[in-house]
Amino acid sequence: MYYSRLKMALVLGVCLAGLLLCLPNGLRKPVPSIPWRQVHLGLDLRGGSYLLMQIDLKSLTHDRLQALADNMRSTLLQAQLGYRNITVDTDKSAVTFTPRVPSETEADLAVLRKMPQAAPHEFTVTAGPNGTIALTLSPEAMEARARSAIAQSIEIVRRRIDGTGAIDPEITRQGDDRIVVELPGVSDPERIKNLLGTTAKMTFRLVDANPMHASAPPPGVTLLPMYDSNDSTTLPVYDHVDVDGTSLTNAAATIDSDSGGWAVAFSLDSTGAHAFSDITRAHVGERFAIVLDNKVVEAAVIRGPITGGNGQITGGFNKDSATNLALMLNAGALPAPLTVVEQRTIGPSLGAASIRAGMFSLATGFVLVIVFMALFYGRFGWYANIALLANLVLMMAILSLFEATLTLPGMAGMLLTLGMAVDANILINERIREEVARGRSPLNAMQVGFERATSTIVDSNATALLAHVMLFVFGTGPVKGFALTITIGIVTTLFTTLFLSRLLMVRWYALTRPASLPV
Amino acid sequence: MFGRPLLRFVRKDTHINFMRGRFAGLITSAVLSLASLGLFFYPGLTLGLDFRGGIVVEAKTPDNADFARLRHALASSGVEHASIQTFGSDKDVLIRLDTAAGQKTEAVVDTVRHAINEAQPGATVIRADAVGASVSAELFRNGILALVLSLGMILIYIWVRFEWEFALSAVITLVLDLTKTVGFLVVTGFEFDLVMVAAILTILGYSTNDKVVVYDRVRENLRKYRTMPLRELLDLSINETLNRTLGTSSTVFLATLPLALFGGATLSGFAWTMLFGIVVGTSSSIFIAAPLLLFMGEKRLRRGASTPS
Repeated sequence: MYYSRLKMALVLGVCLAGLLLCLPNGLRKPVPSIPWRQVHLGLDLRGGSYLLMQIDLKSLTHDRLQALADNMRSTLLQAQLGYRNITVDTDKSAVTFTPRVPSETEADLAVLRKMPQAAPHEFTVTAGPNGTIALTLSPEAMEARARSAIAQSIEIVRRRIDGTGAIDPEITRQGDDRIVVELPGVSDPERIKNLLGTTAKMTFRLVDANPMHASAPPPGVTLLPMYDSNDSTTLPVYDHVDVDGTSLTNAAATIDSDSGGWAVAFSLDSTGAHAFSDITRAHVGERFAIVLDNKVVEAAVIRGPITGGNGQITGGFNKDSATNLALMLNAGALPAPLTVVEQRTIGPSLGAASIRAGMFSLATGFVLVIVFMALFYGRFGWYANIALLANLVLMMAILSLFEATLTLPGMAGMLLTLGMAVDANILINERIREEVARGRSPLNAMQVGFERATSTIVDSNATALLAHVMLFVFGTGPVKGFALTITIGIVTTLFTTLFLSRLLMVRWYALTRPASLPV
Repeated sequence: MFGRPLLRFVRKDTHINFMRGRFAGLITSAVLSLASLGLFFYPGLTLGLDFRGGIVVEAKTPDNADFARLRHALASSGVEHASIQTFGSDKDVLIRLDTAAGQKTEAVVDTVRHAINEAQPGATVIRADAVGASVSAELFRNGILALVLSLGMILIYIWVRFEWEFALSAVITLVLDLTKTVGFLVVTGFEFDLVMVAAILTILGYSTNDKVVVYDRVRENLRKYRTMPLRELLDLSINETLNRTLGTSSTVFLATLPLALFGGATLSGFAWTMLFGIVVGTSSSIFIAAPLLLFMGEKRLRRGASTPS
C-alpha cells in the first residue's frame, strides 16, 4: 500500500520517458534535445515490395566440383597419369574417375591428395570398390562455403540494389539459404528482380575450333547457347576458365565506336590483364568467348595480343541491358543463382488506406474501452483508463526505442492489447469489491485486493506471454509483427496496472481517506 | 461516472447453478466440435495465398473492369485458368492464379501485370503477391508448429502452477475451442492464412487466460472451504469471477469490434474470427473447462490428503 517517494518518482519517470520516446513519431524534423528514434512503418502501411530469395546451394557445390575436376585433370596430366570418365556428381558432392590402368591407382591417390585445398580438410580422395577414384567434399567445407556464399550474396545484392537508386532498401538473411529484400516505395519490382535473378558470372574461355566438336563435344568442352535469345546456335567452349569476372575492376555502358550500338566496356586488374595478354598472344586466330552465366555473349576472333587489360563486350545490347550488365559486373557476381520464392507488392494507395483504417479502429476501440470502464468501474475505472493511455504511450515508446516496424497486424496487436490491458484492473477492482462485501475496511480491502489479484494477474499474463513468444519465434512476416506488439503489450500492461493505476488508487486513498470505496 | 460505478453485470449475491447445465454444455460443445471436424474434411478450409501458393493481383482499372479483355490478354500471354473477379467496386479487379509445382511463380506475376496494363491501359496494380510452392508448404508447417507448441507450453505451465487435472481439462477445452474456430472459418469462407494462425493463437491465449482466472479462484476456494463438495465449489468460483469474466470479455470484444467493422479487407476476417473466439473462449471456461475439472477431479481434489499446494 505504501509508495515511497522514490518509487513514485520511478513510476512517473518511466511514463515521462515513454512520452519523450514517443515524441519523434509525431514530429517531422529531428530535434537535437530528444533521442531520435522512430517507429518504422511496414511495407503494408507505406507501400513497397518484399522479395524472399533462395540461394541455389546445389549450384554452389556443382561449381566447386567442376573447378576441382578441372584441377584434377591438369594435376593428373602433369604427373603423366591417365584417366577415363571424369564425372561430377553433385548429389553425392563428389568427382569420380577411372584410372587408365588399375596399377596407377596408388599413384593417382598420392598425387590427388596433394592437390591444393581451399580450406583445411575440404575434400578426401578415396579409391572406390569398382576401381574408381572419388574426390568427395566434406560436409563441413560445404557448409562453410554456403555460409560465406550467403554473406557474399547479401553484400552483392545490396550493391546491385544501391546501383538502382532504391531508397532505404533492407536486406536481411533468413534461415540457412534465404535472403529477404524489402524495398519501400517500389511498386513494380520487375527490374530489381531481373537484376537479382542474374548471377552475372563472367568468364573468358577459348572456343574449340575443331568442327567435329561442334555437335559432339569431348570431355572438357561444353556446348553453350548464345546470350542473345534470338540466336539459337550453340558453340563448343572449353570448360577451362582463362580469365574470370573476379578480375574485373570496372565496367560501364558505352557506345561502340564501330557499330554505333550499345556495348559494355571493362577493365581488368593486373592479374587478369596478364592472363588476358598471355592467352591472346598464344591463340591468335582462334575465337575467344565471353561467357555470362553459361551463355556466350560474344566470341570474337583474336586478331592480336590484347595487353592493356581493357576490353569491350558487344552482343546486341540496348541501353537498358548494357546499363544493367555494367551495374551487375561492377557489383560482382553472385556466388550462386538466386530465385524469388515469395513476392509481395503493396501499392502506396492501399498502404495509406490501411493506415487510415488501422488508426480509426485503434481510436474507436480505445474510446469504447474507456467508456466501458467509466460506466462499470467509476473512479477506479478512470484510473484504469489513465493507465491504459500510459500503456499505449509506453508501447509506442518501446517500439520506437527498438526502431521496430509497425505493420497492420501489429496495429491489430495493439488494439487487442488495449482490450486485454484493462483485465488486470478489472481483476483488482472486482477483488476489492468482494473484500468490501465481506466487511473489510476500505484500506484493508484495497490491500487484500491488490495482493490476491496480483497472483492471478501474473498467472494469466504468463500464459498469454508464452503463447505469443511461440508465435514470435515460429511466425513469419505479418505474424511476427503481431506477436511482437502483443508481447511488448503484455509487459507494458503489467507495469501500468501493477504500478501506475495502483499508485493512483493508493494516492487517492491517502489524500482523501474515504469512509467507503467507490466500488 | 467519476465516483461509484453506474453499471454492473451481475449482483454480488448472484448464485447461478452452472454445474447443473454441465451435460448440456459438454454435449453442445461436442456436437459443435464434431460438426466442425466434419466441415474441416468437407468442404474444408479455404487456404489463403500463404499456404496454397500461387498469385493474387489486385488492380484498379480506370473504368469498369472488362473481364473479356482481361481474360484475352492473360490467355495471349500464356496465363490460363486465372480467376478474375471484382471486389468492392466494379473498378477493383482481383486476379487469382494457382501455380503448378515447378512453375516460376514470380515470373508469372510480371506477366499478369503486363497483361492487365495491356487490356486496360492506365490500370494501377494495388497489390501483387506471389508465393512459391516450397515456401507455402514451409509457412504451413511453421504455422502448425507454432500452434502445437503453444498448446504444449500452456499445458506445461498450468500443470506446474496448478494440478494435472486443471492442465488437462484446460487443454481439452482449448482443443474444442480450436475445432469450433476452424468450423467458423469453413462456414464463413474466410481464407486460412498466416494472419488467421495468429488469430487462432490469440484466441487460445485469451481463452487460457480466462480459464486461469477461474482456476485460480478454484484453487483458492479449495484451500478456503475444505469440506465443500467440488461441484458446489466450482459453482461458487465461477459466480465469484463472473463479473470479471464478463467485464474482460466485453472490453476485448469492444476493442476488436472496430477492427472487424472498419479494419479493411486484410484485417476484418481476422477480427471477426477473434470476436467469435472471444465468445467461444469465454463460454467454454464456464461450460466446458469447469465441468471437465469436476469429472476429473471429483475424487482426487476433494480427498483431504491431496489438497493442492
